[in-house]
Amino acid sequence: MSTLVFLEHHGDELLKSSLGVLSKAASLGDDVAGVVIGLNVRGLADEAGKYGAAKVYVADDAQLEAPLPQPRVDVLAQLVRDQSIPTVLFANSVLSADVAAGLAARLDAGLNWDLVDIVQEDGKLVGKRPALQDTVYVDVGWTSEPRLALFRSGSFDPSETGGSAEVEDLQVSLEAFSTGARMVDQAHEESSGPSIEDAEVIVAGGRGLGGPENFTLVEELAKALGGAVGATRAVVDAGWYPYSTQVGQTGKTVAPKLYIACGISGAIQHKVGMQSSGVIVAINKDPNAPIFEFADLGVVGDVHNVVPKLTELVKARKS
Amino acid sequence: MKIAVCVKQVPEGSRRIDPETKRLDRSGEGTLNPFDANAVEEALRLKDAGGEGEVVLVSMGPPKAQDALRKALAMGADRAVLVSDDGAAGADLVATSSALAKALEREGADLILFGQQANDSDGAVLWAAVADRLRLPVVSQAAEVTHADGKLTVKRQTEFGYDVIEAPTPAVIAVSDAINEPRYPSLKGIMGAKSKPQETVSLADLGADGLESRTEIYALNDPPARGDSMKVEDDGNAAQAVVDFLAEKRLV
Ligand SMILES: Cc1cc2nc3c(=O)[nH]c(=O)nc-3n(C[C@H](O)[C@H](O)[C@H](O)COP(=O)(O)OP(=O)(O)OC[C@H]3O[C@@H](n4cnc5c(N)ncnc54)[C@H](O)[C@@H]3O)c2cc1C
Ligand SMILES: Nc1ncnc2c1ncn2[C@@H]1O[C@H](COP(=O)(O)O)[C@@H](O)[C@H]1O
Repeated sequence: MSTLVFLEHHGDELLKSSLGVLSKAASLGDDVAGVVIGLNVRGLADEAGKYGAAKVYVADDAQLEAPLPQPRVDVLAQLVRDQSIPTVLFANSVLSADVAAGLAARLDAGLNWDLVDIVQEDGKLVGKRPALQDTVYVDVGWTSEPRLALFRSGSFDPSETGGSAEVEDLQVSLEAFSTGARMVDQAHEESSGPSIEDAEVIVAGGRGLGGPENFTLVEELAKALGGAVGATRAVVDAGWYPYSTQVGQTGKTVAPKLYIACGISGAIQHKVGMQSSGVIVAINKDPNAPIFEFADLGVVGDVHNVVPKLTELVKARKS
Repeated sequence: MKIAVCVKQVPEGSRRIDPETKRLDRSGEGTLNPFDANAVEEALRLKDAGGEGEVVLVSMGPPKAQDALRKALAMGADRAVLVSDDGAAGADLVATSSALAKALEREGADLILFGQQANDSDGAVLWAAVADRLRLPVVSQAAEVTHADGKLTVKRQTEFGYDVIEAPTPAVIAVSDAINEPRYPSLKGIMGAKSKPQETVSLADLGADGLESRTEIYALNDPPARGDSMKVEDDGNAAQAVVDFLAEKRLV
């Protein structure tokens, strides 16, 4: 096998982002294998076959149930060594990033991250990596094998080719330190809260609002525009707003007609969740905030001044 | 508890990649990676909560990175170790993790903290590589950390919500930028920082010479063209400008 794709799953589904990377790998014309690691995950192997994996390795073990990185590094390191696999690809996530970096250290292998594409050029693999807040696109490569790559989420859409995979079970043997960290309470799906994924207008608030009480500014503007409220991880982690409204890598991916970012810096992990919005307006008091690099209209100003006025003007226009 | 904090000096203000060396241009002013201030703050809190201990900064970078370390010392860290060596310039993940692991091994800390990402590389990956080299448990994206009875409890956010993870010490933890509000150094802290120990070590000192990167940069290209974008300064009329813009786009 010349390319291995780490297939992350949640519950009993493979992640779309992993399947996207698998489809991409298959489209490069190599023989592609997938690897699924967890407990009771054998059924997922068949699914991977439909997306271009000729073979799927399965590590199924109770010690692999929790989505923690280090036991996965152990499994992958052994597999990559045993099979002399030259290329290992990952779709970025909290789990996959830690697995990829741990594996890089274990195998002394180069890891290129945040890639949005990969191509063959003159027989060489070249990764495409937007850097410095996406202001420069860097062509990156590897000086040795194995080559490891982490792809920005949403880089590729999965495409079903309808094949089927040969399944091979892996023996699992873990390092003592790899089982040191233990999951004591795993994330449960939050059922409550409004869904922002279908909203045509989203007004989102970040740490620049200054405190949870100022979210009323954002709520009123959203109401005036008939839209929903979004938030950044910074304010969700701080308890200012519910997780169900978070936009970004570890939150929702949204693409409303209009996205208004209030007091949001525009970190890459936020951007990946909202960059497909039709029109992006940003209000931020720092003229150098990264969000201005990808806003259609940027306002350098204080949210406390601009947002209430904007709400009044929108209301006036509508009545 | 002895806590080591990995911190990085990053270029201040606008950043560029040197087309010649294809490396980040580090010739200008540098500053403490803002995300690392959260890690320093968390270390100081955990030290205070435990009543005693030491907070050691561990960094790799050019000699002048000591200036950025001084800012973290002014916040309250006790001393700093900087790995500085021509052989470390342009080091990638495997090389950086290998050098830092050697420096951290010397310290034998109970807890090793990282920031959420270096704002020049946006990697958010280094901790997992360092933890693997040190053969220690790792937990990332920590939004809350508590330490009791020799055990660390971490709350973290992933794509699916919040997890709670426990780890024994020694362990490696990377904290999110929402975990705390980093303190500003006091005048006393700034004065005091000048007399705190700041050691500079070479790769040879650590037995880490012959550092090899495994990735390379072939070319720098312009980003894809994007649509028109406008920026207005709020002089009291920005809200009107936004409404006019939205009206033109038929969004209000
Ligand atoms: C693995 C990982 C996953 C992540 N996932 C996500 C995710 O899903 N979603 C997400 O959002 N982030 C995510 N992050 C975090 C992300 O990197 C940023 O830390 C976060 O987006 C910052 O939120 P913010 O913009 O609210 O805060 P900050 O970065 O602190 O920005 C606040 C902004 O407000 C401006 N401001 C301050 N006061 C005012 C004022 N009075 N008026 C106007 N502007 C003002 C400031 O200039 C600043 O630009 C993730 C990070 C990692 C490492
Ligand atoms: N050269 C360095 N020296 C010390 N710590 C570093 C260095 N580079 C990165 N770090 C630490 O690793 C974290 C993540 O960096 P990165 O994976 O490069 O985005 C940072 O927040 C720092 O805590």
